[in-house]
Amino acid sequence: MARLIAVVGAGPAGMAAALAAADAGAEVVLVDAAPRVGGQYHRQPPPGLADQHAGPGFARLEAELAGHPRVRHLAETVVWALEPRPGGHRLHLRTGPADSPHRTARVLDPAALVLATGAHDRALPFPGWDLPGVVTAGAAQALAKGQRVAVGRRVLLAGTGPFLFPVAQSLIEVGAHLVGVLEANRVGATAAGWLARPAALLAGRAKLPELAGYLGLLARHRIAYRTGHAVLAAHGTDRVEAVTTARLTRDWRVVPGSARRIAVDAVCVGFGFTPQLELAVAAGCDLDATGTCVRVDIAQATSTPGVFAAGELTGVGGADLAAAEGRVAGASAARHLGLAVPVPRAALRQVRAGRGFAAALAGAYPVRPGWRSWLTEDTLVCRCEEVSYGALCQAVRQRAALGGRVLRLTSRVGLGPCQGRICGRNAAELAEALLCRADQRPPLTPAASARRPIAAPIRLGELATTPTEPSEHGFASTDPTDRSEA
Amino acid sequence: MTPEADHRGRPGPSTGDAGAPQVTVDGVAVTARTGQTVAGLLVSAGRTSWRSTRGGGRPRGLFCGIGVCFDCLVEVNGVPDVRACQRLVADGDDIRTAPRPRPAAPGGPAGDGTRTGEA
Repeated sequence: MARLIAVVGAGPAGMAAALAAADAGAEVVLVDAAPRVGGQYHRQPPPGLADQHAGPGFARLEAELAGHPRVRHLAETVVWALEPRPGGHRLHLRTGPADSPHRTARVLDPAALVLATGAHDRALPFPGWDLPGVVTAGAAQALAKGQRVAVGRRVLLAGTGPFLFPVAQSLIEVGAHLVGVLEANRVGATAAGWLARPAALLAGRAKLPELAGYLGLLARHRIAYRTGHAVLAAHGTDRVEAVTTARLTRDWRVVPGSARRIAVDAVCVGFGFTPQLELAVAAGCDLDATGTCVRVDIAQATSTPGVFAAGELTGVGGADLAAAEGRVAGASAARHLGLAVPVPRAALRQVRAGRGFAAALAGAYPVRPGWRSWLTEDTLVCRCEEVSYGALCQAVRQRAALGGRVLRLTSRVGLGPCQGRICGRNAAELAEALLCRADQRPPLTPAASARRPIAAPIRLGELATTPTEPSEHGFASTDPTDRSEA
Repeated sequence: MTPEADHRGRPGPSTGDAGAPQVTVDGVAVTARTGQTVAGLLVSAGRTSWRSTRGGGRPRGLFCGIGVCFDCLVEVNGVPDVRACQRLVADGDDIRTAPRPRPAAPGGPAGDGTRTGEA
């Protein structure tokens, strides 16, 4: 269908994009894996557990999407593959309970595509990080906000960046005893990152009351917020029972004699975010210089005609920036279809200010190279394939691994079911450091691990029932009732 | 396991959830909460791990919590490799965890019981 726009991801960016495109006259299909819109940011407790009020802004957005005559929300739907076709791309979808073999198959041939696939937590490896009870900050947040369950009773939260604060708040709200929040970056280093960009600091001033609120919350609950500290190791046999924490130098090496052991039953770690790049990479979109984000122009257009991107996929900057980018991307996608769309000036201004803030954020809370010194020979780098740091070193040094693919095949790093989503960036950095030490090798590109022809898991039986052509509505489906709702 | 009596979070509003899914976990009948994920059900019952790895037989449970890492795999209604953090509990579900196997003899296999078809 000539006016069909597919928006993938229903977080702040995708919701805004869907509304902007539909308001401009396009027919929009909003695809998301969750049962409700909102993404990780606006994660909602299920109706039976709704004891937490979502902001009125979110409720309005959700109602607006649900009531819009030109928006169709496909919940519990994954895009498992994206393939080029003449004049655009074809999306292969599955709708139904997660990982069920009985999901409904659909094929979608949109005239334009907005990718708003978001990001997941970056976890750095350290000894014992594979013990049960060690989870990402995002997991603790999802469990607290979406399920009203605390990940443990005595919980330590560690990592870097301001996302640790809302996670701390969520943990407190569900009754966890938070024994501390450890920010790996030191105050001096963080302030230097901010002061290097005074304009961005001004742009982010709206966030200052929010920050003060979080610090006040921690103070009221007598929770220590320690900068320049990290979890060096988790201890236990079948689950985490204690951690060793330590003070860090500016570049995250351990300050000798600063190690402390703390009893915990859960540890939550988050070191920023890794954008979910696979659909963008499958669509041939260029990445930025870091190789971790999709490069977009001022109109949120990627390097691939008809493909737009918004939100954390284009650089991590929070929900407000994501929503502004979504409004721009939705308008641009509608314009790509030939619809008359006014220039979204307010959203463009918000994006420009927000990007400055995001750059300052990245500068203030970097992942510093000293984390590599926390690893021991038997620390797992790849959790799926259980590849240790020692094995990775051996693969890199002795087998003269020449690039990401060779590295994967010689060490099995990233060959497990997560397809390198958790370990890819870490393994690339570790390998690059080893190669630079042994010198002479070209750097590895993290993007190599985002080349995943199967973007979401699908069962072999499902592959056999994949429709080949969309119907006149732009849809093909294995569900006979689907036509009526399309 | 009785999620209503759990010590980990606030007690769930067990009243007013008329359609609360009745499921079994390893054969034991459990009342879940509407909208709960399998991981939410297991963690609220005090479980931290529910499978073990193929190579080292190491226990695993929730890790990323948003469907990315595949650590939390569980068997639902006879289908293996279902991500517990993504799967919503449905009435009548038969949920099977794969507890840690006894340590294998040196050099012996340490299957995790949840994955098939791979060497």
